Amino acid sequence: MSDLLAAWAQMAMSLGFHIIFAVLGIGMPLLMVLSERQWLKTRDPVWLDLTKRWSKGTAILFAVGAVSGTVLSFELGLLWPAFMEYAGAIIGMPFSLEGFAFFTEAIFLGIYLYGWQRLSARAHWWAGVAVAVSGTISGIFVVFANAWMNSPTGFRIVDGKPVDIDPIAAMLNPAAFTQSLHMTLAAFVSTGIAVAGIHAWMLRRDTSSPFHRAALKVALMIAVPASLLQVISGDLSGKFIARWQPVKLAAIERHFETTRGAPLLLGGVPDEAAGVTRHAIAVPKMLSVLAFSDPEAEVRGLNDFPREDWPPLAVVRYAFQIMVGLGGMMAFASLWVIVCWVRKREVALKRPLLTFLALLTPAGFIAVEAGWVVTEVGRQPWIIQGFMRTADAVTPMPGLVIPFTIFTVLYCFLGVIVAWLLWAQIVRVRPA
Amino acid sequence: MDAPVLALVVAGLIMVAVNAYVVLGGADFGAGVWDLLARGPRAAAQREAIAERIGPIWEANHVWLIFVVVLLFSCFPPVVAHLSVVLHIPLTVMLIGIVLRGSAFTFRAYDSTDSAVQRQWGRIFAVSSTITPVLLGMCVGALVSGALAVPTEASFVARFITPWWSAFTLTIGGLGLAVFAFLAAVYLTVEVQDAGLAEDLRAMALSAALAVGLFAALGLWFGRNTLTATTRALLTNPAAIALQLVTGAAAVTAIGALLTRRYRLARTAAVVQVSGIVWGWGLAQFPALVPGVHTIASAAAPTVTLRLVLIGVAGGMVVLVPSLWYLLRIFKAEPARAFERVDTAEHRLPE
Repeated sequence: MSDLLAAWAQMAMSLGFHIIFAVLGIGMPLLMVLSERQWLKTRDPVWLDLTKRWSKGTAILFAVGAVSGTVLSFELGLLWPAFMEYAGAIIGMPFSLEGFAFFTEAIFLGIYLYGWQRLSARAHWWAGVAVAVSGTISGIFVVFANAWMNSPTGFRIVDGKPVDIDPIAAMLNPAAFTQSLHMTLAAFVSTGIAVAGIHAWMLRRDTSSPFHRAALKVALMIAVPASLLQVISGDLSGKFIARWQPVKLAAIERHFETTRGAPLLLGGVPDEAAGVTRHAIAVPKMLSVLAFSDPEAEVRGLNDFPREDWPPLAVVRYAFQIMVGLGGMMAFASLWVIVCWVRKREVALKRPLLTFLALLTPAGFIAVEAGWVVTEVGRQPWIIQGFMRTADAVTPMPGLVIPFTIFTVLYCFLGVIVAWLLWAQIVRVRPA
Repeated sequence: MDAPVLALVVAGLIMVAVNAYVVLGGADFGAGVWDLLARGPRAAAQREAIAERIGPIWEANHVWLIFVVVLLFSCFPPVVAHLSVVLHIPLTVMLIGIVLRGSAFTFRAYDSTDSAVQRQWGRIFAVSSTITPVLLGMCVGALVSGALAVPTEASFVARFITPWWSAFTLTIGGLGLAVFAFLAAVYLTVEVQDAGLAEDLRAMALSAALAVGLFAALGLWFGRNTLTATTRALLTNPAAIALQLVTGAAAVTAIGALLTRRYRLARTAAVVQVSGIVWGWGLAQFPALVPGVHTIASAAAPTVTLRLVLIGVAGGMVVLVPSLWYLLRIFKAEPARAFERVDTAEHRLPE
C-alpha cells in the first residue's frame, strides 16, 4: 500500500467512523427533547423512560463522537499538512465557529445528563434544546469547510500562493448551502429511520407496548418530513454539481460525450478506454432535465476533461446509486406512513409497514456513507477542487500503513463495543 | 489593530486556551492517573470520587484542546503543518490515548452489568490517562528545546524520531504527568466530603508536588545544553524572573496550604503555579512558535483572517462564558459549599 493510499484510507475510515456518531449526535438530542417535552406535558412515565434511555444513548454516542472528532481535527494536519498550510487561513473560520458550537454542546450535554436532580424541569428541558441546536450548528459549520473543498472561493492565486483571502466568502462558498442542508437533513433522516426501525421491529413482537409506540411516534415525526425534504435537497445538490463539478456529475452518470438534451443512462457497461457506455437504457433528455431543469441543456461529458482529472468512475457511480436508492426507499416509507396518518390508521398496527421500517434500520447510515463517498471520491484527484491535488497534500511521513492499521483496529473495537452497549443497556432492557 | 499586534493577540489567546486545557482538562487526565494508583482501604471510594468529579465536565474541558488546534490552524497554518510532520508519531500515540481515555470512561459509566467488565474499562481509562499527558509533555519539550528545526532532507530517524525522543523531552513528559496528577489531587481535596478521603488526596497531592519539583529540576539539568542561548537570555529578563518568582511562591503556598489542610487556598495556589509553568514555557520560546522555524510574525495568517477569527472568538465567548459559568455553578458550587459546613465523615449531605 502506497503512503498516499494509506493516508487516504485512514482519512476515509476516520471520517466514515466519525460521521455515524456525528449524525446520531445531531439526531438523538432532538428525539430526546421531543420525548422529554411529552413527559412534561403528559407526565406519562413512558415518556420519561424513553427520554432517559435516549439520553443514555446520546451520552455514549457523543463521547465517541467527541474523541473521534478530535482525531479528525489532528488528522487533517497529520495526513495532509500541505493542505492545512494552504487552506488554514482561508477556511479556519468555520472550524473556529464549530469549536464554539461544539463547546456549547458539550457543556449543555453535561448539564443535561448529570443535572436531572439539580435543575428545574423546565431548565433541564432547555438544556436539552441547547444540545440539539448547538449540535446541529456545529455540524453545519464543519460541512461549510468541506463544501469549500468542492467549490473553493474567497481567494486568488498569485505565484502559486493564495492571496486576497476573504474568509467569509470562503465560508459561504457556493456549495455551503446545498451541502449543509443535505447533510443536516441526512442526520435527521438516518437517526429517525434507525430509531423507528428498531422500535418497529420490537412492535412486530409486541404490538401493545406503549413504550415502543411512543418511541416509534417521535422517531417518525422526525424521519417523515426530513426524508421527503431530502428528495428536494438532493435535487438541489445535483443541480449544484452540474454547474460547479461537472466531472463529478459526468462520473456519476457515466456521461462521456458532451451533449445537448442529454439522456439519463440506466445500467449499461462502461468502456472507459473508448469513452462510451454500451447497452444502457437511455431515458431521453432526462439528465439535462435533472441537472439544469431544461430538456435541451448541454451536459458536459468526461471526454471534455483530461483523464488525470477523472475520479474513480465505478466507485462514484455505485455509491451514488446506493445513496439515491436507499433515499428513495426511505421517502417511500415516509409516504406510506403519511397515508396511514391521513387515514387515521395506527402505524403500530400495520405489520407490513413495520417490517419495511425494520428492514430500513441501517438504510440512513449506509446512504450517508455512500453520499460521502460520492462527495469525496467524486472530487478526486483533487483535495481542493481545481487548486490542489490530494497527492501534493500528503505528509512526507513514511509507513502510513501503520497508523491506518492501528486506527482501523481501534475503531472496529470501539464500534463493536458501542453497538453492544446500546443493545445491552438501552434496547434490551425491558421497559419499566 | 495592525498585523503584528493582531498576531500577538491571537498567539496570546492560544496560550490562554492552552492554559485552560492544562488547568481544566489536565486535571481530568490527572484524575485518571490516581484511578490507576488508587490503593488502600478507600481505593473504591477514591475511584468513585474521581468519576463523580470528571463525569459532567470532561467533555467540555476537552474542547480547549480542539480550540488550540483550530486557532493554530486558522491563524498560524504553517506551524500546524510543520508540527504535524515532525511530531507525527507522538501526536498519533497521544490521539489513541485520547480516544481510549474518553470512550473507556464513558463505557465504564454506562456498562453497568458486570463489575469485572467495569474494572477492565477503568483500567483502560486509567492507563490511557497516564500515557497521554506524557506524550503531550514530550511534544512540548521537543518544541521548546528547538529540536523541531529539522531539515527536510534529514534521515527518517533524524527527522521523525530524534526531535521528540531525548532525556529532556522524556523529563518534560514526566513533568506534564506530575503536574496533571498534582492538579487533580488538589482539586479533589476541595470536592470530597469524606475526611478520610480528603487525607488520602492530600497525601497524593503532596507526593505529586514532590514529583513536579523533581521533574522540573531534572528538566533544567537535561535542558542546560539543549536550551538555546536565546532561550536562556529570555528566561533571565525581568518579566521572566517575575513570572518565575510568582510560580515559585505559588508552589510554596500550595504545599504549605496542603500541609495545613487549607484546601481551597491550595487549589488557588496550584492553579497559579501551573499557569505560571505554562506561561513560562510560552515566554521561554517567545516570539518563536516553532523555535528555529516559525515566529509569531512569520507564520501569521493574513490580517483579515486574524481579525475575523478574533471577532468570531469574541462572539463565541458571549455564548461560551455564561454557559461555562452555568455548568460550573451547577456542579461545583454545591459540594464546595458543603465542604465549608461539614468536615467529618458523619455529616454527609443527603442526596
